[in-house]
Amino acid sequence: MRVVVDRTRCIGSGQCVMTDPEVFDQDEDEGLVVLRTPEPPESARERMRAAVALCPSAAIRLEE
Amino acid sequence: MPETRPVPLPYRRERSWPFAPAAELVRLRSEEPLSRIPMPIPADPDLRVWLATRYSDVRGIMADPRFSNAPGPDEPRTRTRSATPPSLLGVDPPEHTRLRRPLTREFTVRGVNAMRTRIEEIVADRLAAMERAGPPADLLRDFALPVPVLVICELLGVPYRDRGDFRRRSDTLLDHSLGQEERARAAEETAAYMRALVQRHRADPGPELLGRLVREHGAVLTDADLVGLGSLLLVGGHETTANMLALGTLLLLRSPDQLAVVRDDPDAVAPAVEELLRYLSIVHFGVIRRATEDVTVAGRLVRAGELVVCSLPSANRDRDLLPDQPDRLDVTRRPVPHVAFGHGVHQCVGQQLARAELRIALPALLRRFPDLRLDVPFERIRYRDHALVYGVVSLPVRW
Ligand code: HEM
Ligand code: SF4
Repeated sequence: MRVVVDRTRCIGSGQCVMTDPEVFDQDEDEGLVVLRTPEPPESARERMRAAVALCPSAAIRLEE
Repeated sequence: MPETRPVPLPYRRERSWPFAPAAELVRLRSEEPLSRIPMPIPADPDLRVWLATRYSDVRGIMADPRFSNAPGPDEPRTRTRSATPPSLLGVDPPEHTRLRRPLTREFTVRGVNAMRTRIEEIVADRLAAMERAGPPADLLRDFALPVPVLVICELLGVPYRDRGDFRRRSDTLLDHSLGQEERARAAEETAAYMRALVQRHRADPGPELLGRLVREHGAVLTDADLVGLGSLLLVGGHETTANMLALGTLLLLRSPDQLAVVRDDPDAVAPAVEELLRYLSIVHFGVIRRATEDVTVAGRLVRAGELVVCSLPSANRDRDLLPDQPDRLDVTRRPVPHVAFGHGVHQCVGQQLARAELRIALPALLRRFPDLRLDVPFERIRYRDHALVYGVVSLPVRW
């Protein structure tokens, strides 16, 4: 599973970081999303789906 | 008495259970999910707007760039919207992006975590003060308000001693039963107060948020930008959290089994706060968008220029969001993508701070006063029926 984020869309809500801090983070400079783990383990799939649903600006995508 | 005015539909709650949206809103959600209503703010009795009540429509509208937050050419701001300067909330991208970017790094999950210790101290101080003064207390005045006011004052660099004045102005701003002139005056006073503060930080940027904005973004943010952002953060930063704390406590007092979970299980607190946010949806009016072109919503045509009011309380209790008993409070639920903080690019900038305050303050209060109870019959509690942000007028308690 591969996670893709689009920083130009991100509004820094932090909802993805709240959902899985192992995978998502926010950078110090702008507070926008950065990926810590672009290819999370299969066990994180449900959390990744939740992050996609929570993101207010459709900035997160899952590629199988 | 403003209270005797009929409560406009979007703000209406159920009499017998004032935490729930009115039955009429619930009926509309299933029978006429996009309906035509009079504009809830009484400035123009002839103006009709759309009311969206379904989760999917409300969420869709808030994320749809064809819907704008900017006041239309025919619409004096003060007529339909809160009379605060439009700032961030009243502009669309790319202008919105320019104003929001400088704020995002201030409200990250990590940034807010760094404030936790200070929030815990503020909460502990207020609880100690309540205990010293002894029962009874007004939980709103003595706890729910001072906590977020202190937090936002320290964060922004606003002197706490000025709170009396900005509290009064912010109440006026958000009360739609008051005259437009009165609200416009409060908006102007808020801006004047913030202008003086901004000038002080321009001359000598302090270490707090306003000073940081001046130092790091002073070249791209004008004084008017800073005044708008500062006012919005000051009002948005305390009204909402304060009302969530007081109304949330009242709801828990009426739901003792749920209260016990929040009090006794530290791991349960974060999901419980999400459920309280969803269930209460205190921003019950104010999310308004204007169609910039013809758009079909729920099978009906919204024409370019028309306004749509999004009902967050109704959306957050839609079965499309939560198939299983959406009207039941269940603090142990797995969190769902509720819209209590909005959705799309305007979704609340302060949401992580609000979460931290609620997650710290609620269990601390319930643990300090395990015997907390109402000091008046439940039926006597009065609510902010006409305010953009819902809540109680006061909350008499004892322990
Ligand atoms: C429980 C507490 C809170 C609730 C329920 C809440 C709710 C909301 C909602 C629904 C919106 C979106 C309005 C719209 O789209 O029209 C919003 C935006 C906003 N909130 Fe909050 N809020 C809370 C706490 C805070 C705090 C603590 C702050 C500041 C520190 C804050 C600052 C803002 C700002 C600046 C915006 C405008 C964002 C933009 O337009 O990009 N809020 N809030
Ligand atoms: S949830 Fe979306 S908008 Fe929020 S920080 Fe993550 S990527 Fe950005």
